[in-house]
Amino acid sequence: MASPARRPSLSNIRSLHRKPKLPRNRWNGFFTFLAGLFAVIVVLPLVLVLAYVVIKGGSMMSLSLLTELPPAPGMTGGGIGNAILGTLIVSLIAALIAIPVGVGGGIYLAEYSKSGAFASFVRFGTNVLSGVPSIICGVFVYGLIVATRIFFDQSYSAIAGGIALSVLMLPTIIKTTDEGLKLVPQELRWGAIGVGASKFVTITHITLPTAFKPIATGIVLSIARAAGETAPLIFTALFSPFWPEGLFSPIASMSVLIYNFAIMPYDVQIALAWATSFVLVMMILVMNIFARYVGSFNKI
Amino acid sequence: MIQTTKTDLFRLRRRPLSEKLADQSFRVLATCLASLVGLILVAILITVLLGSRSAMSAYGLGFLTTSNWNPVTNEYGAFTAIYGTIVTSILSLLIAVPLGVGTAIFLTENFIPVKGRQIIGLMVELLAAIPSVVLGLWAIFVMEPFLRPVLNGLHASLGWLPFFSTQPEGPGMAPAILILVVMILPIITAIARDSLLQVPVELRQAAYGIGASRWGAIFQVILPAAISGITGGVMLALGRAMGETMAVTMIIGNSNNFSLSLLAPGNTIASMLANQFGEADGNQVSSLMYAAFVLMLLTLIINVLAQWIVRRLSLRYT
Repeated sequence: MASPARRPSLSNIRSLHRKPKLPRNRWNGFFTFLAGLFAVIVVLPLVLVLAYVVIKGGSMMSLSLLTELPPAPGMTGGGIGNAILGTLIVSLIAALIAIPVGVGGGIYLAEYSKSGAFASFVRFGTNVLSGVPSIICGVFVYGLIVATRIFFDQSYSAIAGGIALSVLMLPTIIKTTDEGLKLVPQELRWGAIGVGASKFVTITHITLPTAFKPIATGIVLSIARAAGETAPLIFTALFSPFWPEGLFSPIASMSVLIYNFAIMPYDVQIALAWATSFVLVMMILVMNIFARYVGSFNKI
Repeated sequence: MIQTTKTDLFRLRRRPLSEKLADQSFRVLATCLASLVGLILVAILITVLLGSRSAMSAYGLGFLTTSNWNPVTNEYGAFTAIYGTIVTSILSLLIAVPLGVGTAIFLTENFIPVKGRQIIGLMVELLAAIPSVVLGLWAIFVMEPFLRPVLNGLHASLGWLPFFSTQPEGPGMAPAILILVVMILPIITAIARDSLLQVPVELRQAAYGIGASRWGAIFQVILPAAISGITGGVMLALGRAMGETMAVTMIIGNSNNFSLSLLAPGNTIASMLANQFGEADGNQVSSLMYAAFVLMLLTLIINVLAQWIVRRLSLRYT
């Protein structure tokens, strides 16, 4: 204001420089620091949990651990072979139920009814179902299957656990199928119909194979999530210290083993819980990273 | 002769019956599979309602406000668990929202190179993949012993407040709240990041153009533009926190004695179910089903509200 000189005065030139001491710059620095700190705090639990699981569980890895039965309370040695097998069986049952139903529901949403009242009801229901707590799935299957003894008068069974997990997987699979099919260019469908394919052939031979990768990604992720779930299993599949005896009897699983053994007062069991955590976490992380790897190069 | 072949060539091909049949049955099949979702939802509601019928008629609405849970005398009231569910989820949300939204901002602004942001984003997603029972194990043997001196200090200095009035003795509400924070952070961060990424770049450019500083633009332009998505994500996280079972069950102490103190053992509906359902019989099963119905209703309301918020309040930029 003061100097009406032709050339800009020195102070005016300086005003174009960044002044770190200005309040706004200080606040900027402060908030940037805060955001970075928050990001570190968010990532910290993952690092710590993984570190402890690897240190406490990974050090116990051996062939006998993976193949033997858990020891009785008070005994030493033993392994978690039955729990690993049990988790695989229960997840497989869940996948066999949830994949056909979920993919079918997704096909209906994406291919048959994009914006009908029924379709929006199904979408709404899918969202609501994905918000239902996993323990409620367990209570539901308990009331529906375990308490009523529908299957061969058996109460707790592997199949009940599988059904409970499939209820949990269903919304994810429907959503990813729906979204994967929506990514398929409309021209492909028109082309197929144009050369005389029926809708059934178009879907099974053109759109589904094209959207295979995103759908597969979603399915693998949902299986990984189901494999780690405990709450739906503790009163449907229960637990068993023995090898699986068939689909209609109680079955061991890694997640329930961790829960049961973690609250036991024996060091051997607690160590086994850590070892089981290591196996389970590694399995789930590998599935997750594999799914993301497959999904990363699938721009249809 | 020649004429008929010509018209034959141009006549529409009749679809064979088998093709029609395959088409129609596939459509019916897909519709049935889709309607299964609604069916399952209704079945869950009916199963839980039928199971809780006898407890509902025996205890009525008083079930929600009394806190004695005594299988010996067959008296049940779920107030402790309902209080625990609401307090743990709300408090964990209060801690997790600033952390999650701050991280989301850090991941959408260009503070660090894209590669670094991708790695942090991947780590947050992997945190969501860790099974809750493993987090519970970690909470029992690593987090809680580490935390105990801090909680003791809280009790020593702020013990005159009813919320810190008991001596921490291992499991309790406070560690449960912290492990819930770990469990809902990935959801909040992921959804906040998605909604921040959807804010059009022109808004940011305009803010910078009129001289806003970086954080001025974030607080006054970008966050308000993304608030609907963030609110929806927070509501979803609230629903998840209420229903979260395993980690909470392992660290909350499973006590049905009502206490205002956050350092004392408590209970949530989900942890009560996980802890007692297996060994319960008679009226206890029914009471647990009643509690499950309350939990289901709570999460249902919150989820529907979240969907409604996201749909109604979202600003649409084209």
